[in-house]
Amino acid sequence: MNWWHRLLRRKKMEEQLEKEMRFHLDQHAAELMARGISPGEARRRARMAVGGPEQVKEQCRDVRGTRWLEDSWQDFRYAMRMLRQHPGFAAVAILTLALGVGASTVMFTVVNGVLLRPLPYPEADKLVAVNGHTETWNAKLFGEEKVAYPDFLDFERESHSLTLAGILFNGGTASGAGEPEYVNFNEISSDVFSVLRVALAEGRTFLAEEDQPGAAPVMILGYSFWQRHFGGKVGVLGSSLVLDGKSYTIVGIAPAGFRLYDSEPDVCTPLGQDTAKYLRNRAAHPVHVLARLRPGRTLAEAQAELSLMGSRLAVQYKDTNRDRSFVVEPLRPDVGDVRSTLWLLLGAVGLLLLIACTNVASLLLARAVSRERELAMRVALGAGRGRLVRQCLTESAVLGLSGGVLGVGLAALGFQPFVAFWPGALARAEEVQLDWRVLLFALTVSLVSGLLFGLAPALRAPARELEQMLRAGGRSVVGSSRRLHSSFVVSELTLAVVLLVSAGMLGRTLLRLSSLDPGMNIRNVLVARMALSPGVLADTGRIRAAWQDVLERTRRVPGVASVAIVDTFPMREGFNAMGYWPTADVPPENKQPQALATSVSPEYLSVMGIPLRQGRLFNEQDRMGSELVVVIDEVLAQQAFGGESAIGKRLWMPEMGYGPFVVVGVVGHVRHWGLAGDDQAQVRAQFYYPFAQLPDKLLRRWSELMSIVVRTNVAPLSEVESLKRELRGAAGDQVFYEVHTMEQLASDSLARQRFLLLLFGVFAGLALVLAGIGTYGVLAYLTGQRVPEIGIRIALGASPSGVMWMVLKQSLGMIFVGVALGTVGALAAGHVLKQLVEGMQSMEFSSFAIMIPVLVFAALLASFLPACHASRVDPVIALRQE
Amino acid sequence: MQPKSDLPQGTLDLLILKVVALGPVHGYAIAQRLGQVSQQVVQVPQGSLYPALHRLENRGLLAADWKETETGREAKFYRLTGKGRAQLETEAASWQRLTEAVALILKLSEGGAE
Repeated sequence: MNWWHRLLRRKKMEEQLEKEMRFHLDQHAAELMARGISPGEARRRARMAVGGPEQVKEQCRDVRGTRWLEDSWQDFRYAMRMLRQHPGFAAVAILTLALGVGASTVMFTVVNGVLLRPLPYPEADKLVAVNGHTETWNAKLFGEEKVAYPDFLDFERESHSLTLAGILFNGGTASGAGEPEYVNFNEISSDVFSVLRVALAEGRTFLAEEDQPGAAPVMILGYSFWQRHFGGKVGVLGSSLVLDGKSYTIVGIAPAGFRLYDSEPDVCTPLGQDTAKYLRNRAAHPVHVLARLRPGRTLAEAQAELSLMGSRLAVQYKDTNRDRSFVVEPLRPDVGDVRSTLWLLLGAVGLLLLIACTNVASLLLARAVSRERELAMRVALGAGRGRLVRQCLTESAVLGLSGGVLGVGLAALGFQPFVAFWPGALARAEEVQLDWRVLLFALTVSLVSGLLFGLAPALRAPARELEQMLRAGGRSVVGSSRRLHSSFVVSELTLAVVLLVSAGMLGRTLLRLSSLDPGMNIRNVLVARMALSPGVLADTGRIRAAWQDVLERTRRVPGVASVAIVDTFPMREGFNAMGYWPTADVPPENKQPQALATSVSPEYLSVMGIPLRQGRLFNEQDRMGSELVVVIDEVLAQQAFGGESAIGKRLWMPEMGYGPFVVVGVVGHVRHWGLAGDDQAQVRAQFYYPFAQLPDKLLRRWSELMSIVVRTNVAPLSEVESLKRELRGAAGDQVFYEVHTMEQLASDSLARQRFLLLLFGVFAGLALVLAGIGTYGVLAYLTGQRVPEIGIRIALGASPSGVMWMVLKQSLGMIFVGVALGTVGALAAGHVLKQLVEGMQSMEFSSFAIMIPVLVFAALLASFLPACHASRVDPVIALRQE
Repeated sequence: MQPKSDLPQGTLDLLILKVVALGPVHGYAIAQRLGQVSQQVVQVPQGSLYPALHRLENRGLLAADWKETETGREAKFYRLTGKGRAQLETEAASWQRLTEAVALILKLSEGGAE
């Protein structure tokens, strides 16, 4: 019989034990009676011989080996009974904990999904990324350097440790079926799906012979695109789709939820079929390379192999590969800059959880003190100290787990809305789910907090002098308990101050940032990407006229005041940074200062309302063949020419491939990186150059990037439909897409700050409420304990206001210490915030001056009720209680 | 009446196994038998008999059935399992060796004193 059998058959075993003992006693007594001893005496002797049937039974139970479980079960039932008997206490404690655990579980669910979960591919730990590396490359600004296609082909052919796959991100116009649409297309090598070990939903992947120049054009559709455009019909396999004027046969459908570098491709085409010149050039590095370690190979082996191949290439192709090495790293999800936000929020939630725990700890301690007499009684009846500690801990574990279960419930409801509310698109949002890690986290948090807040009361419970406790009747409070209680209140207030001041600092920051001048007039401006007809793009001679046509047609739309085209506009992700130099002896690339280059049609600066400071704006005379000109902003003027007037000076920009340029005007600085981010941006200087002066060889590439900005006399979004109609182009395949207003973009650039403020505000509010409840609870309890003493004081002539003051003085002491410690904590928190939040204001007195009184007021309010109660103590009743 | 000795540690199990080996028997009878066989020299505290019986049962050395006694009452009769028999043999043998060794040593010391 196993121990769990014995546990399950416990009742039967008890009966048998009882029966066996009775048989023994009866048998013995009968024998004694047979010798002439009276029945009563015989029974007595029989019991004496056994030495107490109950003790024997206890020992028999001990040898069953199920004792610990039975005790735990007993403790558990006892704990449940205690909670049922004190429903108010139980509700407050469990709800407080549920709040703390729920909030931290929501945050952890997001952290887990975004930062901790492995990539959603089988055996993701065998996947690596291959990046290029040169000393001069600014990886912080531009991201990791990618790989040249010819280099990739060499690796793919020769590597023994890796199976490689290459991906090129591109965009183009899909036409043929319905409205023309601008799509993201990924050019992929034939091995991408097999390297990732992802099976297609329908059809097949590309064959190796299709990944070659001149092979028949084939295409794999993304699942969402397939659903959107073809209603998910399987019959679409074998039919064709026109992409940038070229017809592709559809051979496969990617599975639902398939993502490459966190974005779902609309369509995929074979990379090897692209004959673009930059893909034959080892100096251009556009290809993202990922790879899977071959069985038995390690990362170090792969790195060694790639280094060797890299140095061979460096010898073979001196011009392009001399300083270039290659780095093999584990493939990690690219989650952008959410990391800091997430850890920040997890930290804030952690503080909230601590406050919740402290609150429950002080509640439990109060109960433990009033239960001293009960515990002393148990000790007197033979309970060991360990046994009592265990029972106390069981009680707090039950509390912790109930709070935890409720908290996980809250989290399960809460994390979806939370993700939806995230500013912008949260990277890997589809990975944010409740999984075993989250449940483990919640379980650990609730158990650990259960033990944390249960430990103090549990350890103190049986530690005191037994006799004294029984005599004192559990009413007197000794110093240690009062100090412990005060320390709980102090720590709650401290944590609340940290959260409140942080929220205050964020609020001030947001206020300041929203009042900043973006450097242009953002009212009534519409911005949208514009894809010219693929037929036009293919013929450089027609591009300039096509843009002219776009501008003219837009001007004719009623409600449009002015219009311009531009390659990168402010407050979006795109930027084009390049080195500049004010003299002809330009230093090497990594020594050049950087500025943001913007290619514009002449009206751009006036459409955006960017103020002219000096010189002139562009005009129609700045065209091909005339003097090359630029307009620079104040920041660049200051950086390049110091105090001197910039007008007429020249700038050399080697990456432009032509120049130098004459500065004809200076305009105001525009907050290109958003209202919050611009002050700390690495590259702030800006210059504008005429799209009209762009050499023909760059025209096509630039035209693929251009956007259109429209200033309207009416609400900008009301113009979208008529603009779309008007700008469809002669062939009907021009696309006007990704429409925003500048006001939206400016507001979105503060979304992170707004989001953080909101959450910190909520956390701070909760912290305030919890700290208030905690202060009230502790003071009410402490005052309650002092009723006899207060009775004596009043009987001896203390005035009600004097008694009130006595109680308030006690809480003022705690508030003072809490605020002092909290201020120190808040200073530290402010430091962290400044590091992590763009545009964060440095520490200012006002955040403290506003937030601390709020807390002090709340804490005083919470202590006022107990103080009032104390002042109304009736000495006669109080003394009779003693 | 001779003074009663304490039971050396661990021998209670051996004695119980030996008594039960003679045939199925209930707890009270085991206590009686132990007392008689040892001519009241070894006093088994009845209180420690039952925990020992239950422990042996849990270890699978004894099995128990509820049967009627001659007087018609139901009692728990213990009997030896195969495992219990093996255990009895090894323990009895080692006990034998131990007592012989102890006796030998005692004899030696007497010789040395002469």
